[in-house]
Amino acid sequence: MYGKGILKGLGVTIKRFIDTYLDDIRWLGKRYYKPEGIAHRSSKDSRGIFTIQYPEEKLPSPEEFRFIPFLVYDEGEKGEEIIRCTSCGICAKVCPPQCIWITRTTNPETGRPVPDPAEFYIDADICMNCGLCAEYCPFDAIKMDHDYELASYSRNVLNLQDLKKPASYYEMIRPINSTAEDKARQAKVEAREAAAAKRNE
Amino acid sequence: MTTPAPSITFDLSSLFPDYATADTREGYSGWIIKTNHLVDVATELRDTYGFDHLTSITGVDYFPEELMEVVYHVFNTTGGPVLNFKVQAVRKDPIEVPSLVSVYPGAEFQEREIWDLFGVVFTGHPDLRRILMWEGFAGHPMRKDWKEAYFEEDNKPFKSRWPEGRIVQAEDENKFSDNISYPSNFDPEKWIPEGENALYGALARYDYTNDDGITSDNIVVNLGPQHPSTHGVFRVSAVLDGEIIAQLKPVMGYLHRNHEKIGERNTFLQNMPYTDRLDYLSSLSNNFGYAITVEKLMNIEVPERAEYIRVIMAELTRISNHCMALGALFNDLGTFFTPLIYLLEERELILDIFEAVTGSRMMCNYFRFGGVARDLPEGTLEKIKGLAFERLPRKVDEIDRFMSENEIIRSRGINQGVISAEDAIKYSATGPLLRASGVPYDIRRADPYSIYDRFDFDIAVRKNGDIYDRYMVRLDEMRQSIRIIQQAASSIPEGEIQTGKPQYQVRVPAGESYGRVESPKGELGFYVVSTGKPNPWRYHVRAPSFINLTAYGPMCVGQKIADIVAILGSIDIVLGEVDR
Repeated sequence: MYGKGILKGLGVTIKRFIDTYLDDIRWLGKRYYKPEGIAHRSSKDSRGIFTIQYPEEKLPSPEEFRFIPFLVYDEGEKGEEIIRCTSCGICAKVCPPQCIWITRTTNPETGRPVPDPAEFYIDADICMNCGLCAEYCPFDAIKMDHDYELASYSRNVLNLQDLKKPASYYEMIRPINSTAEDKARQAKVEAREAAAAKRNE
Repeated sequence: MTTPAPSITFDLSSLFPDYATADTREGYSGWIIKTNHLVDVATELRDTYGFDHLTSITGVDYFPEELMEVVYHVFNTTGGPVLNFKVQAVRKDPIEVPSLVSVYPGAEFQEREIWDLFGVVFTGHPDLRRILMWEGFAGHPMRKDWKEAYFEEDNKPFKSRWPEGRIVQAEDENKFSDNISYPSNFDPEKWIPEGENALYGALARYDYTNDDGITSDNIVVNLGPQHPSTHGVFRVSAVLDGEIIAQLKPVMGYLHRNHEKIGERNTFLQNMPYTDRLDYLSSLSNNFGYAITVEKLMNIEVPERAEYIRVIMAELTRISNHCMALGALFNDLGTFFTPLIYLLEERELILDIFEAVTGSRMMCNYFRFGGVARDLPEGTLEKIKGLAFERLPRKVDEIDRFMSENEIIRSRGINQGVISAEDAIKYSATGPLLRASGVPYDIRRADPYSIYDRFDFDIAVRKNGDIYDRYMVRLDEMRQSIRIIQQAASSIPEGEIQTGKPQYQVRVPAGESYGRVESPKGELGFYVVSTGKPNPWRYHVRAPSFINLTAYGPMCVGQKIADIVAILGSIDIVLGEVDR
């Protein structure tokens, strides 16, 4: 019979249509605007309509999600900001579109370079969010952000002030990574201290 | 169906002692053919030795040696590795090399590309025009002495960025002064784009007189570059006889950014995120191809776990790509958006996995030389298994039920846009396009890379070579990919994910290498020449959707104009890769 295939296909559409309502009833009041509802809609058991109503609803960003780098600073006891970056320049070297510029601080008395960035720019319009800078930074100083809502009326050339974010923020967006890195850094410090103690004996 | 890989290494210098000599440069392989005997050798290779498929042609500019080289890769469609041979010419205009279009018609677009980018004149080519740059462009951009508008240095990293960098924005950098070049005698006031005339001149126009003695003309219709059905900025110029297509030429280059030149400025690692942007619907396949090519040069092994992760990711990419390809094809066939949205739902779930693993949904940048960037996060493997064992098989069947028997799909697909097996091979088609014509050629089987030889899967083949069969082949391929993921996800071992310490400056020994993978669109090949420096000397992409378009014109002839869109949809192109 001509048209049988179309009818069969329409059956699939109707099933989908009904599934949406069945799922709505099953998840009554929880399917939309609730974290568990969003999780259900983006899981393998999702049925029916699956749209996330952005911006009212947002998909949770997974830990590895990367968008525009930022510079991590540790908070000192008196609230001072100890930036981890030593301006070694590896991020600027590895950056594929070359969007990072660094100027090193020099000691005004001796004229010698100090391991701190005087200026740090990222041209966020050129940045391709590849994450290589964060991956190859030996000091865990530059990391990829989760904040993806960047719309602005001008170009986003981020300077040191815009880029600085506290270590606690980093821990919040990437708990697993930051804990592992803290542990590795701690171990390194301890090994160095042990070696120094041995030398002093 | 399995295709056994014959392990014959060809010795061209003993077959053609007068014409061919072995390439003895350090790290190189293959044979150097005397330029004036190229056509004879190629004909002999095709007819006597079975190398029926010319897969890739590319130029290499050995600027310091004043040498221009054209590199050919051919293979046998019954399986086996690629054979590479080259011709060399003195780098002094005009550089002339005989065209191979008479032997392998699939060389047409690739030779045009080499003429465009390197300025090698292919004598005997039927339609040697620029293909990616516009007609009237000055110079040949892939030559080593050609410099782009915002040229700063030959190689990255640029010195200005580090250590005493200064913030400069690209638009402030160049005041249209020293490094933009125009043709001699160029006057913008009087310039008329002559490229269009060259294009229309290439389309054969003819008048004919019908039985009643009425003389009639045929018309040229342009479709695109701004046309929603061309999947991007792609243009088609067709000569119509009534509603029937008499001749058709694709016009591309609107998205051209000279990816290969950028690649030669980049270091090897910096290039990895750029490969994502080629075929942006299947970035992990692009990563895969580039990684195995450079690994071949570096001669390093990949740990077991990383190989499994790579295979799982590449197959998920194939499924998500086919979701998009089929959805777009259904749109082109007139089933507006409902099936596309159904398929996008599955793609969305796969992209969620990519986001969790690689950090990005589309621009994954996940593979590194000697492994992958990071391990699978906790819980991801369960998600992958959930998709592969429960959801995806069900959903593929649903699409099959939804669309395969649909009368409209069948009448617009069956016996439309047919390409025979012989023609598909002749025009260098690969991937689903080739397999839908009845040629069971799949690189995962014919020339296995990574760990594909361990998995049990079938090659999806159909016989008729029409639009419907290309759809069915993609559906079958999704099923086979699910099978591969099921096996890989169940047997993935624990262990390292990268060989050695992660390095941002890899040492790549001098030499050449051609690596190829079965990307969702077809054979994705990378040809890389290293001189031992941090940057590749030559980096070429054998883009499957670009080369599959060679067969597009012949496929359309005799069809109705409405089928242009459907046939293009069935080839499945991505303009990021076509134009590079």
